[in-house]
Amino acid sequence: MAEELAKIETAAESVGPAPSPAAADMPLLRIEEVGKKFGSFRAVDRLSLDIRAGEFFALLGPSGCGKTTLLRMLAGFETPDEGRILLDGKDIAQVLPHERPVNMMFQNYALFPHLPVRDNIAFGLKRAGMARADIATRVAEMVSLVKLDGLEKRKPDQLSGGQKQRVALARSLARRPQVLLLDEPLAALDKKLRESTQAELMDLQRRLGTTFIIVTHDQEEAMTMAGRIGVMDAGRLEQVGPPRELYEAPHSRWVAEFVGDVNLFDGEVSSRDNNRLTIATRDAGTITVAQPRQPVTKTIVSVAIRPEKVKMSRRGPVSDAGTSHAINRLEGVVTEVSYLGGLTTYKVKLESGAVARSSMANTARLDIDAYSAGQRVVAWFTPDDCVVLEQ
Amino acid sequence: MARTVNRISRFNITSLALGLAFLYLPIVILVIYSFNASRLVTVWGGWSLRWYHEFFNDRAMLDAAWMSLRVGAVSATLATLLGTLAAVGLARGERFKGRALFSGMLYSPLVMPEVISGLSLLLLFVALDAERGFWTVTVAHTTLTMCFVTVVVQSRLTSLDRCLEEAAMDLGCDPVRAFLFATLPLIVPAIAAGWMLAFTLSLDDVVIASFTTGPGSATLPIRIYSEVRLGVKPEINAICTMVIALIAVLIVVASFASKLSSARGESAAPL
Amino acid sequence: MSARRVFARPARFAAIAPYVWMVLFFLVPFGFVLKISLSQTAIAQPPYTPVFDLTEGLAAIKAAFGELSLDNFRLLISDNLYILSYLRSLVVAVTSTVILLLIGYPIAYGMARLPRRWQSVAMMLVIVPFWTSFLIRIYAWINILQHDGLLNQILLALHIVSTPVVWLSTDSAMYLGIVYSYLPFMILPLYATLAKMDVALLEAASDLGAPPRQAFWLVTFPLSLPGVGAGALLCFIPIVGEFVIPDLLAGSNSMMIGQTLWLEFFTNRDWPVAAATAVALLGLLVPPLLLYDRLQRRQLERGG
Repeated sequence: MAEELAKIETAAESVGPAPSPAAADMPLLRIEEVGKKFGSFRAVDRLSLDIRAGEFFALLGPSGCGKTTLLRMLAGFETPDEGRILLDGKDIAQVLPHERPVNMMFQNYALFPHLPVRDNIAFGLKRAGMARADIATRVAEMVSLVKLDGLEKRKPDQLSGGQKQRVALARSLARRPQVLLLDEPLAALDKKLRESTQAELMDLQRRLGTTFIIVTHDQEEAMTMAGRIGVMDAGRLEQVGPPRELYEAPHSRWVAEFVGDVNLFDGEVSSRDNNRLTIATRDAGTITVAQPRQPVTKTIVSVAIRPEKVKMSRRGPVSDAGTSHAINRLEGVVTEVSYLGGLTTYKVKLESGAVARSSMANTARLDIDAYSAGQRVVAWFTPDDCVVLEQ
Repeated sequence: MARTVNRISRFNITSLALGLAFLYLPIVILVIYSFNASRLVTVWGGWSLRWYHEFFNDRAMLDAAWMSLRVGAVSATLATLLGTLAAVGLARGERFKGRALFSGMLYSPLVMPEVISGLSLLLLFVALDAERGFWTVTVAHTTLTMCFVTVVVQSRLTSLDRCLEEAAMDLGCDPVRAFLFATLPLIVPAIAAGWMLAFTLSLDDVVIASFTTGPGSATLPIRIYSEVRLGVKPEINAICTMVIALIAVLIVVASFASKLSSARGESAAPL
Repeated sequence: MSARRVFARPARFAAIAPYVWMVLFFLVPFGFVLKISLSQTAIAQPPYTPVFDLTEGLAAIKAAFGELSLDNFRLLISDNLYILSYLRSLVVAVTSTVILLLIGYPIAYGMARLPRRWQSVAMMLVIVPFWTSFLIRIYAWINILQHDGLLNQILLALHIVSTPVVWLSTDSAMYLGIVYSYLPFMILPLYATLAKMDVALLEAASDLGAPPRQAFWLVTFPLSLPGVGAGALLCFIPIVGEFVIPDLLAGSNSMMIGQTLWLEFFTNRDWPVAAATAVALLGLLVPPLLLYDRLQRRQLERGG
């Protein structure tokens, strides 16, 4: 207990838990080949991931992808079948939850219904054997940090959803954990509250410098808050990177489709030069794409274009395949128009029968630029807007 | 909030009212007659506490009542302790060897005919050459009533959100402390309800007590039973009324406690 | 290993004391019942000759095994007294369970249809009599049913009968007592399943053209069958072995098995026969007990 207390205290001294000097290039948290099976079901499949100190990291994936299991292994509620979890260089894979300098904020908050707000926040501090006076100071600090002033004596069932969420946050932060784990922290809040809470969480994380790892199935939430996102599917990390990279340079068809909307055209590389690939697609004719940084080696590929990169016009710009200003043109008929307020999405049926999707920002109030169903249009996009995905 | 298809019908109200009347009328009549001054049940002789006086001068009855209260208190306490431990074992022990036997042993006495339980315990006590009296009845009642405590506490434990225990562990509790600090406070109403159930069951039992008690240490129900076999006696009305009053007080205290605890944010204990 | 299993070890440790207690005071006594049911009657204290005495070593045990007798069980099947009382127990238990179901279902159904806040009041009202003493409740009926009791007084006053009716020591009185005592046991499981039922199901049924009565028989009733099963078993099993109610309210011309056992034990002091009676009764109850055990465990483990 005393050791733990000392740890909490030292963590309190420094502004943010900096990595220890001995392992300066070591990430705060290293997940090494970690696997977990439930029966014959592989929830987490030999997964590796490094998370740096002070990062705001999001684990994003559909339900059942193993993200929660991974988080629970970090918290200690599940023990990996294989692999190591190194925190500050020490393997904590087999350490029990109460002995880890890691805290978790539960999806349903798991507030103790028999304790008032104050005692909920103080719960972990008491267990660490902190002095009474220090506990009072820390609780007061936490209460003002999450703006719960005046509610200290309330019981959880006398709080609103947003207030409960704050208590849960304060409680898990009170012990100044090296890593804070958040399991779908905003899932129970309504949309408006969720947005303001996102901003507060980000602000809090920046001020405290604590490493946050959040699990969510909501990509907008992950992209808004996290510095880096790990996209998970079937127990594996499909791709790890900053939001922009995930969206603009997905590594796989799966990531491209999971993060945002995408047009995908399968085809074969028909010619390649220094900076240009020509791909003969099954559904959309020949598409010219910019040569990606990583050279494409396979011939069977998919071309991915985000709908907002597909512009529409009645005739389309002139394309000159010879110059670098080559433009891909897809001719078709508008079949569906969905007005969403800020933008409008269109479905365009190509001659092959395939559908291309386009979305355009409604930058003007009057609908001079709008297209209607049945209209013949040209959907066009530049080679730079395409991503080549190898199967 | 009744929706159209769920509207309560006249038939529903009638059956409910008749059912409740059926349950309560005999008890109400019994209570009223306990204040009857007349020795004859047929005749209403005006209000009187005569039969209560009679009881308080009936040495044998008083001894039996005292014996019953002692057996009830001790066996209910033991049963609550053991039953709660058993409930924890079943609700949190996951799978273990002998679990099926354990839960079988705990659920069977709930419906086991009392003549069998009573007979088997007596044969055990005879074989052990135990002197029959207070302790044998207490052990017998503990065995029977702890099963009821187990059911009450276990159903509360399984309905609790396990996240609370995980949160406690996350905040630095080892499993035992997590149970003590996060779980126990929430199941206290169920444990209290279990104690009361055990106490009233013990206070109620004729059959098992008849088998397991010895000469000279009759419980109140045994005395009442032997009197009743001989016919109605107004004094019995008075004793029964007092037992009902005692249990009513316990129920009021319990429901008050469970209201208090639900005001503290816990769901009321299942009685 | 998961966090749940971290709790498992101390939890199992907690179960040791009650486990030992139940083995000692529930399981082992059945061994004694079995053993004594195979012994001979003796006029002594205790009134049976032990089949074997562990202190006398292996040879004695072998000799004792030779003396094991099924005489008591032979008696049970050869003497009409026992067969008739088993039959009577079954008949009484089945009849009472059916009556209980017929009375209990409408009450439970009425409770489930009350507005939410009234439901808990109604449930409390049904539970309270269960808390008051069983014996007292039977006694309350004796008060009413006796020769010059309230019921006869009312009937006479209303000129429905001209002479007092004999109620006590009849089967009707016994059924009344059983139904009265076991009614909460029937209502509560029924209410539990009926209250859990989703109103949207009834709305769907009526949306699809089922009038209320049909909706009840096509949706509500089939879905309440688990509650019917639980309530029926919860009543049937203990009624088979019931002693106090038939002893106080029914006539003495035919006995239920619990009464026979009591008689053999306390009046005839024939412990071996009483034990054999208990073993046979237990055998009779094993199938419904197993069924009930399965229902109970499924309910509890589902967190119901």
